[in-house]
Amino acid sequence: MIKIENISKSFGSLKVLKDLSLEIKAGEVVVVIGPSGSGKSTLLRCMNYLEKIDSGKIYIDGELLGFKEVNGKLVKAPAKDIYKIRENIGMVFQRFNLFPHMTVLENIIEAPVLVKKISKQEATERALKLLRKVGLEEKANSYPSQLSGGQQQRVAIARALAMEPKIMLFDEPTSALDPELVGKVLAVMMDLAKEGMTMVVVTHEMGFAREVADRVLFMDDGRIVEEGPPSQIFTNPQHPRTRGFLAKIL
Amino acid sequence: MISFGFVWDWAFTVKMLPLLIKGAGMTVTLTACAITFGTMIGLIIAFMKIIKNPVLNFIGSIYTWVFRGIPLLVQLFIVYYALPMVIGLTLDPFPAAVISISLCGGAYIAEIIRAGIQSVDKGQMEASLSLGMTYFQAMRRIIIPQTYRRLIPPMGNEFITLLKDTALVSTISMVELTRTAQIYAASHFKPFEMFITAGVIYLFLTTFFTLVFGKLESKLAQSE
Ligand SMILES: Nc1ncnc2c1ncn2[C@@H]1O[C@H](COP(=O)(O)OP(=O)(O)O)[C@@H](O)[C@H]1O
Ligand SMILES: [Mg+2]
Repeated sequence: MIKIENISKSFGSLKVLKDLSLEIKAGEVVVVIGPSGSGKSTLLRCMNYLEKIDSGKIYIDGELLGFKEVNGKLVKAPAKDIYKIRENIGMVFQRFNLFPHMTVLENIIEAPVLVKKISKQEATERALKLLRKVGLEEKANSYPSQLSGGQQQRVAIARALAMEPKIMLFDEPTSALDPELVGKVLAVMMDLAKEGMTMVVVTHEMGFAREVADRVLFMDDGRIVEEGPPSQIFTNPQHPRTRGFLAKIL
Repeated sequence: MISFGFVWDWAFTVKMLPLLIKGAGMTVTLTACAITFGTMIGLIIAFMKIIKNPVLNFIGSIYTWVFRGIPLLVQLFIVYYALPMVIGLTLDPFPAAVISISLCGGAYIAEIIRAGIQSVDKGQMEASLSLGMTYFQAMRRIIIPQTYRRLIPPMGNEFITLLKDTALVSTISMVELTRTAQIYAASHFKPFEMFITAGVIYLFLTTFFTLVFGKLESKLAQSE
């Protein structure tokens, strides 16, 4: 579903991703952990082209992201190809990024109506179904500012799901939340994982990783230092840096 | 001999009032044109400066640099007196006035719009793009609507400035409020009556603007 081959990314002279490769199969749930500044967010953002990679290749569902082949040569893909691929990749941000000038319902139907040209009525029906799924049906006509952080994040998940993506990216979805609000957000994500969604989740919620992750990646300094099933990474990490990191957060 | 016995000539003021109001009508027309075209220019220049394109960025920056850096009065003289000599086309005072004020106002409005757009959290654009929206869809539906309330106070100020700046076009014999006052102040030796009355009319107009924008702001504040 996602294939990443030797990508590198720098901001100025700062190398953030270093020759990183990764393959994620359809339906797989991958949790990414690692110290702050290790490049986790950048890796996620490269996957939907919010950041441009300097070298390497990313395939989404078999399609090369950001480039296309013309007469055997790679050229920059037109913007509309990138927009098209993004439709298949939902993203959930640490700070929710709901649209403050729109109600919850409007937030959710905006992209399906605007991008996929679905009728407003159909989009609304689907949105209400998604709101039920995240347990916020009664908030359809509220504005984001009237919701708690946890509720906002669940709306953000519903908003991403409304585009019916094949892949969902989560960038520390619960780290801006008060502890008592984390549970419901994680529950929604667990449901999604169990339904077979392909997910890449940056999080330090070990309970979540243990329960639903097929694989845990430990990133440090722009590289994937170690990966494996959660049982192995959490209980028997091989690399000293993984051990050091886990000792700090567990 | 110094005379302290100044008496305000009410009869003359009342007699001239319709003419001054007619002049004020032209002032309002000029202002409305300048606001309309200035805002269109401002939008275009703001986008040239925001979009990721070095050539457009450069053109946008040159534009604001030139039109904010030269006094409006000089711009007006260039358009009205100098340009005809170069392009061989004489402009009437009205189009010359509208063009000058719009071009100059556009530069200020561009900066206001640019600042407004850039004050919207970056996460809004990222969220929009991640949902598959194009850059322009995101701008139109998500980013720009969030700037409206923030734009109102500085835009209100700018519109008031434009209104007052229209007085400058009296110098190219455009007969608006200031020019009307000037003409009759001179012909009847009544500068006091004419200029003070003109000033009061300006005050009336700017106050009206202030009130309308204040209303608009509180209305938008409620809907947030
Ligand atoms: N847009 C940017 N411009 C410059 N530096 C950036 C940018 N985004 C991230 N960085 C830097 O890249 C490094 C990795 O950032 P990030 O991917 O956000 O790490 P993580 O999510 O693991 O904390 C950090 O040092 C960060 O400061
Ligand atoms: Mg991060």
